[in-house]
Amino acid sequence: MLDEGDLAALWITLRLAGLTVVILLLLGTPLAWWLSRTQRRFKAVVEAVVALPLVLPPTVLGFYLLVALGPNGPVGGLMMSLGGEPLAFTFAGLVIGSVFYSLPFVVQPLQGAFAAIGRRPMEVAATLGASPLDRFFTVAVPLARPGFLTATVLGFAHTVGEFGVVLMIGGNIPGETQVLSIAIYDHVEALEYGHAHWLAGGLLLLSFLLLLAVYVLNRRFKVA
Amino acid sequence: MTIEARFLIERGDFTLDADFIVPAQGISAIFGASGCGKTTLLRAIAGLEQPSRGYLKIAGEVWQDGDRFLPPHQRPLGYVFQEASLFPHLSVRGNLEYGYKRLPPEARRVDFDRAVTLLGIGPLLARRPEGLSGGERQRVAIARALLTSPRLLLMDEPLAALDRQSKTEILPFLERLHEELSIPVLYVSHASDEVARLADQLVLLEQGRVRASGPIGEMLTRVDLPLAHGDEAEAVVEARVAEHDETFHLTHLEFPGGRFTVAKKDLPLGQPVRLRLLARDVSLSLERHEGTSILNIFPAKIETLVDENPAQLMVRLDAGGVPILSRITRKSATILALEPGKSVYVQVKTVALLG
Repeated sequence: MLDEGDLAALWITLRLAGLTVVILLLLGTPLAWWLSRTQRRFKAVVEAVVALPLVLPPTVLGFYLLVALGPNGPVGGLMMSLGGEPLAFTFAGLVIGSVFYSLPFVVQPLQGAFAAIGRRPMEVAATLGASPLDRFFTVAVPLARPGFLTATVLGFAHTVGEFGVVLMIGGNIPGETQVLSIAIYDHVEALEYGHAHWLAGGLLLLSFLLLLAVYVLNRRFKVA
Repeated sequence: MTIEARFLIERGDFTLDADFIVPAQGISAIFGASGCGKTTLLRAIAGLEQPSRGYLKIAGEVWQDGDRFLPPHQRPLGYVFQEASLFPHLSVRGNLEYGYKRLPPEARRVDFDRAVTLLGIGPLLARRPEGLSGGERQRVAIARALLTSPRLLLMDEPLAALDRQSKTEILPFLERLHEELSIPVLYVSHASDEVARLADQLVLLEQGRVRASGPIGEMLTRVDLPLAHGDEAEAVVEARVAEHDETFHLTHLEFPGGRFTVAKKDLPLGQPVRLRLLARDVSLSLERHEGTSILNIFPAKIETLVDENPAQLMVRLDAGGVPILSRITRKSATILALEPGKSVYVQVKTVALLG
């Protein structure tokens, strides 16, 4: 069954995924909205950057983040000069890494959902006296609900499944930065197949249930 | 009180350079062929388009002038789009309340129940938009726009996306709106029958420019405009129910130039009605004929004659101050020696009651 280290890894994983999704929804929603509305040429550049984690090996992303967040990197250096710690090999560093890593999984569904709304509902809301912010929350967000659901679940599940980035910038500190996927790797390395089975099977089931929930709920939204 | 609009909008190879003034009352139709810029003009008035230059004054209040640009949500107007565009995530009631709730209670001049009754949508309030027919959706959209207590109602071909049955279902509601509410309406359309039926004023748009504007009766009969030519050329006449003839089952309608007799209509005495006279149904004679089956005969004076085609002429007449069109052959015009200023008798074969 699961030992204390496995439970700690599970807790860190869930915390990391939850926090990452919250941050990504806060940052990704305005970004996705802007991408769905703008016609500037600059848009293509931003879209490409957002999509990079889809094609980049996680170790590449992890390597650059490690350099940036380490004591000699720009971000880590800044943290040091402000009297803080460098972010590499910390939970905060993991969150930053995960935000980059899962960015496209949140931004792309949201962008698609916002684009599908079209201009008309927003124009209607404007002629009915709703200010831009008001109509965003009362029209765009409710109409993009399936997109938000997909973004949340994909962002969460993808962060849970993260391996390469975490390994590069988080190290593998049990109880601090050791997440499930790495715990599984360790168990396999140590030939503890029983432990590995429990964790791997659990992750498989969790991922399946999350995706199932997305498809079932999105179907219901469409019918409603 | 007027609606004064001037807009310059440049979009690739299309330029809208429109400039018009109409009274801020009744229904003013913005009329023109597809692609002439009607919708763009209406969107500019709503603040949904950013024009290169714009000026908009509604009943003494400037909404747009130079750098001054009131954003759409601050313009007290209602907008009915061609497709009803109801919010799919809200019920009919939720749609109606969307604008209504955003209005401070003291600014609500259109009562919720009244708008619901006026458009006959009481039984639909709990329904979702996707379960409604096209005509029902458009009625909800009109009520939703009315409930913002607009000082100006903009309607962009509200009937164009509907089938014939839904159209005939909605037209009476639009007429009631006209009669019962004192909200000026700008009504975009390319359907001359809708315009003849509803409009009081007409702004004629051609390739992004205002060709002419004025009262509907005048505009339809101005022989210098394309409206007064072709097979559908017509005049509209405002009349009142004067008398019912029970013996012959007829109704007499009075207008400043005389009296029309039509098959009996179930309308109260004094009721204003609008009549449509197609130019091809109007003939002219020098004397009042007695031995004719045509009942609608009255005196008029010829104003102008213009060539319609090698065989025909369009004649504009004045019947007690009301302009009327008659399309006759060149041969008849020569035999009767018709010329401007000549007094004649107008015989109308058929007259249609609009609405």
